[in-house]
Amino acid sequence: MNSGAIISVRDLRKTFRVGDVDVHALRGVGMEIETGEFTAVVGPSGSGKSTMFHIIGGLTPATSGSVHIHGQDIAKMTDAERTRMRRTEVGFVFQKYNLLPTLTAADNIAIARHIARRPDALDGDFLNVLDLLGIAHRLHHKPRAMSGGEQQRVAIARAVVNSPSILLADEPTGNLDTRSSENVLTLLRDLNKRLGQTILMITHNPEAAAFADRIVHMRDGQIVVG
Amino acid sequence: MLNKLVIENLKHRPVRTSLSIIAIGVEVTMMLTVVGLSHGMLEDSQRRARGAGADVWVRPPGSAAIGLSSAPMSEKILDYFRKQEHVALASGSVSHPIGGINTVTGLDLDEFTRMAGGLRYIEGGPFQGPDEIIVDERYARQNGVRAGDTMELLNRPWRVSGVMEAGKLARLIVPLRTLQDLTGNTGKLTQAYLKLDDPQNTDKVVANLKEKLKDYQIYSIEEFTSLFSPQNVPGLEAFIGVIIGLSVVVGFLVVFLSLYTAVLERTREIGILKSLGASPAYVLNVLLRETALLAVVGTALGILLTYGTRWAVMTFVPASLTQNIVPGWWPIAAAIALVGALLGAAYPGWKAANQDPIEALAYE
Repeated sequence: MNSGAIISVRDLRKTFRVGDVDVHALRGVGMEIETGEFTAVVGPSGSGKSTMFHIIGGLTPATSGSVHIHGQDIAKMTDAERTRMRRTEVGFVFQKYNLLPTLTAADNIAIARHIARRPDALDGDFLNVLDLLGIAHRLHHKPRAMSGGEQQRVAIARAVVNSPSILLADEPTGNLDTRSSENVLTLLRDLNKRLGQTILMITHNPEAAAFADRIVHMRDGQIVVG
Repeated sequence: MLNKLVIENLKHRPVRTSLSIIAIGVEVTMMLTVVGLSHGMLEDSQRRARGAGADVWVRPPGSAAIGLSSAPMSEKILDYFRKQEHVALASGSVSHPIGGINTVTGLDLDEFTRMAGGLRYIEGGPFQGPDEIIVDERYARQNGVRAGDTMELLNRPWRVSGVMEAGKLARLIVPLRTLQDLTGNTGKLTQAYLKLDDPQNTDKVVANLKEKLKDYQIYSIEEFTSLFSPQNVPGLEAFIGVIIGLSVVVGFLVVFLSLYTAVLERTREIGILKSLGASPAYVLNVLLRETALLAVVGTALGILLTYGTRWAVMTFVPASLTQNIVPGWWPIAAAIALVGALLGAAYPGWKAANQDPIEALAYE
């Protein structure tokens, strides 16, 4: 394992049982991501990129192999340990924004802090992030009153509010028009360049992937170019 | 923050939230109304018993203290009572059931007036003949009866000679002789009332009479009215228990259905919380707080609705039923509603807490 790597994946395998058939979603994936790196994982549907995303994010366990984040093997973690890891080590940005519809933008961000047992008050660095994201004036609106681009920027703010080691973005521009997509991708790159945020982004869009420092290609559950 | 999420979740689905609160409110009202009715009717009976103005109450052998049984005793016993030391006045009455828990009482009005100080009339006045009846204001209001009207009772017409204030022994009073003859109890009494020269002598007189009349039910008025409690009315406690049981089942089912559908509908939101690192306990906490809030607001509504049922009872059937507001039961009803609701939330809460985050996030 490279000592500078924040994420180290070794021979990662995941097999799902669908009816009577075993589906091998990941077939021995290995890769390393350095601290502060912006990496895009590109591949067609069914290539296994979302499965890898879920395992690295601690949302589901691997069948075999290892995933070290900050030297800790999350493949060996219990459900409770992975839950704890999600509070502090990773932040998620999803294609469908996944904001809680009942809460305002500010409260969507606040609940992430509450779950992580952080104080309500936001630190100075995060206020800079809000400025960067340009949503300060929309914080008291509920998601239904916001455009897709605004919702995704709130989702990014929520993902980084606890200063996670890694920001995981799953097709973050999949539901956005071209202009909003470019804004969001620019923001992700700014977060990476200005604040050193490590980002792993899943996408099937080569133009989106071009914003990353490094592009990893997946096909049939394996990394083909990385 | 958690409370804000809970309140916003409930506000976000106003119809379901309102229905859940109303259902819990009805559950609480059912409990409080049944308890209020039992307390009210027993208290009304107590008040009417005290209204007789007697110090000692005597019922015949084999009769229950509270009951509709006529179990008559000879009216000659009044002379026996009058000869006892410290007994200033002795009077008696006949009670006859007229349906449900209502009775008509036959009374010697002159004797009763000497004992209780007389009746206070709102309309009309005392009997002028054997076929006349006095009704209390509640009966008059419920049945639209006024002094001078003719009403049907025991298969015969009665002229209403007066409408009296409620709280004096009975709701319907007819001449003692008439009721004795009509019910085949000529020369018999259902109960006797003794007025003493000094109420301080009550215990002595009661002890003396109990010694001499071993099988008779002899009570001081305080002892007699204290018997008007749910514990002393056969089946009443069981009835209240059944209603409370039904209420808990209603509350359980309503909250179960409400939260079960809420959990299904909010599968994605639960997935979002889990992706943010919320533990199963955190998710369960959100749902249990929602349930507790529904139960608290539902209980408050139920208490308010109880004032409504009391108004309805006292307006439409004041002679048949009396309902009290029993604040002592509010915390009990609240606790029962809360337990029923939390039981109803248990399975949906467990299901939500253990949802797989990926499946939940993929839920449309």
